[in-house]
Amino acid sequence: MVDVPLGSTGAVASHPIDDVELYHPHSWITKYVFSQDAKVIAIQYSLVAFSVGLIALVLSWLMRLQLGFPGVFSFIDANAYYQFITMHGMMMVVYVLTALFLGGFGNYLIPLMVGARDMVFPYVNMLSFWVYLLAVLVLVSSFFAPGGPSGAGWTLYPPQAILSGTPGGQDWGIVLMLVSLMIFIIGFTMGGLNYVVTVLQARARGMTLMRMPLTVWGIFTASFMALLAFPALFVGSVMLLFDRVFGTSFFVPSIVEMGQPLERSGGSPLLFQHLFWFFGHPEVYIVALPAFGIVSDLISTHARRNIFGYRMMVWALLAIGALSFVVWAHHMYVSGMNPYFGFFFATTTLIIAVPTAIKVYNWILTLWRGDIHLTVPMLFALAFIVTFVNGGLTGLFLGNVVVDVPLSDTMFVVAHFHMVMGVAPILVIFGAIYHWYPKITGRMMNDILGKLHFWVTFLGAYAIFFPMHYLGLMGIPRRYHDIGDMAFVPASAHTLNAFITVAALIVGAVQLTFVFNLFWSLRYGKPAGGNPWRATTLEWQTPETPPPHGNWGKELPVVYRWAYDYSVPGADQDFLPQNQPGFTSTAPGGLHG
Amino acid sequence: MAEHALTQPGEASSETSGLRSIASDFASDRQAFRHVSWGKAMMWVFLLSDTFVFSCFLIAYMTARMSTTVPWPNSSEVFALTIGGTSFPLLLIAIMTFVLISSSGTMAMAVNFGYRRDRRKTAALMLMTALLGATFVGMQAFEWTKLIHEGVRPWANPWGAAQFGSSFFMITGFHGTHVSFGVLFLLIIARKVWRGDFDRERRGFFTSRRGSYESVEIMGLYWHFVDLVWVFIFAFFYLW
Repeated sequence: MVDVPLGSTGAVASHPIDDVELYHPHSWITKYVFSQDAKVIAIQYSLVAFSVGLIALVLSWLMRLQLGFPGVFSFIDANAYYQFITMHGMMMVVYVLTALFLGGFGNYLIPLMVGARDMVFPYVNMLSFWVYLLAVLVLVSSFFAPGGPSGAGWTLYPPQAILSGTPGGQDWGIVLMLVSLMIFIIGFTMGGLNYVVTVLQARARGMTLMRMPLTVWGIFTASFMALLAFPALFVGSVMLLFDRVFGTSFFVPSIVEMGQPLERSGGSPLLFQHLFWFFGHPEVYIVALPAFGIVSDLISTHARRNIFGYRMMVWALLAIGALSFVVWAHHMYVSGMNPYFGFFFATTTLIIAVPTAIKVYNWILTLWRGDIHLTVPMLFALAFIVTFVNGGLTGLFLGNVVVDVPLSDTMFVVAHFHMVMGVAPILVIFGAIYHWYPKITGRMMNDILGKLHFWVTFLGAYAIFFPMHYLGLMGIPRRYHDIGDMAFVPASAHTLNAFITVAALIVGAVQLTFVFNLFWSLRYGKPAGGNPWRATTLEWQTPETPPPHGNWGKELPVVYRWAYDYSVPGADQDFLPQNQPGFTSTAPGGLHG
Repeated sequence: MAEHALTQPGEASSETSGLRSIASDFASDRQAFRHVSWGKAMMWVFLLSDTFVFSCFLIAYMTARMSTTVPWPNSSEVFALTIGGTSFPLLLIAIMTFVLISSSGTMAMAVNFGYRRDRRKTAALMLMTALLGATFVGMQAFEWTKLIHEGVRPWANPWGAAQFGSSFFMITGFHGTHVSFGVLFLLIIARKVWRGDFDRERRGFFTSRRGSYESVEIMGLYWHFVDLVWVFIFAFFYLW
């Protein structure tokens, strides 16, 4: 009976649309290098992002070496330390996490999961990757520029970011950083338009919005947010670049630089902070929402259980996305802005806890009485929930003005945001790669190496970031090259710092097993077949694995149900793929059919 | 096998209206916006994003203007033209605005003739739009030259707050860049129309997609947007 997907529930079938015409590559170069296939672009994006990630990882090692063993490594002087901080932060947030989730997973999963042949504008999509690569090259080139990269901290606050005394402030560093950001934003816009329009306008027959897997919802919402948030960073970068290059004073007030009063006045440093964080806070959720979506699918698949409260999950995603645009000034409680702002932004910030809590409860209720398989992707997904809750709880502290003020610029803040937007999304990225690797390559990743990677990473991340909370509560400031012998810093703090450094070195090193696993399994991994996890979503139902150009062979798939028909009573298997007609779905009434 | 299960196209759409029909569009499969092509959807989303860019520019400019400690130059004096000994405030800007808004008119007519597949008139009107756009950019260049001669620089000007020159060059420059790119693309598409690419559905050089007169409309969306943005810049920068 139940392939009633549309009519009887009041949904309208779309008018007939012809199958798309694909661009057909003719040579090796157009097939694998200047490829217009979203799947190839996804892998290109991911490989570049991973390379940047490895650089940023090494930078974090260098910082930790200095903090754990101050004075031992003479090449890490104060300038170098600030440059490492800046590049580590900017690389990880923008060039790794954003690029991986949207450019990598977005490109690979959106067309496959919504049943499309490719992105809607493959050519623009290809340009997006090459522009991204250019942005990365410009950013990395600042390591070799005179004066080195910018050392302004990843938030690039003016006026110090563009004055002498800050590494790269009067050299090439800050210029290359800003230019690279602007190029990145242009490249991302090309990709983001593709992701959004593909989800909105290029789905398979029967694929209503409310039947899309949550992964697609997460990436879609995040892409849309990014299209609205990056403009603020773009404008901020343009203005800061003008201040640095043309001598304008958008952000420079009357100021003394190295004992000399500057001929500039009237600028507002606060304005940059507003622009930056109007981008910066949505950016947190641009990274988090795809992670939320992916984790929902991993949990549902590996616990053989339909996702609890699908509609609530979708609305929570959208609510978080919308709310994240009105909370930005909670990063600025100590900036000197009007105190009444703090009241407003603390309120909106705490309201975000509501939809976020809905999501966490729904994940846990999905696990409740599930048939939990502790596969490597599932381990990472579970670790994400724990870590995200941890990071979220300290967010409640920092969201309140009175608690935030003493904790501002301490290690507590570092611990908080690394937990919530560093470790948590990275865990999801790993889980997602272990999960989708079989589809991308046709082979499973090695399980034992995967579990080793998981346990060391998971426990190690806590060894690194849990103690940092204590350091922060003690008042140890962040962004200090060397805390030195202050009366309020007990000797144990130094021991703790050394411990954190050792943990960081181990966790960083164990990532090599992951890289090794990626390449080793390509050749020696167990053949996976088309659907090793017995998952319902469309990408696992492709006629060939790995899916060829055009994804679906002759016939596009037709969707009959939502993405979460696991353990359906009476069904032959314990799951029903989205494109299987005929059997009663467990979906709640209404549009899911 | 599946087709019978899906509803007959258009079944429910004729009876619904207003919010209900929006809801049913969003509940449909394949497309959230019915009868909206990919290209048009992309342009709308892009323009939304670009709106945020210009909003940020304008809000940043307003903040700078309000937080600066020195007085802001009087725009009706700064942007005045002296002709025959009489000073006309905002004369040039008025002409520029008129030219740009006229170009929106010719663009709209081009879209209309495009859908009637009138190749010649479409191409001619697009060329006229491009010409008006180029005139606008030319007058802007004239205005920039005049102000630079009078001593306005991005970092200083003779009449007051330094942020005046900075914001002026940044915002009008950014808008002028948009117009210039618009002119460029108008010319490219006008050439395609003239050559009959859209009648013969000739494939694009880069994208290898079939050409269609819809490109004219998508171009028009962008052009009207650039025009609309100018109205806001005019209001907030020149009239305030």
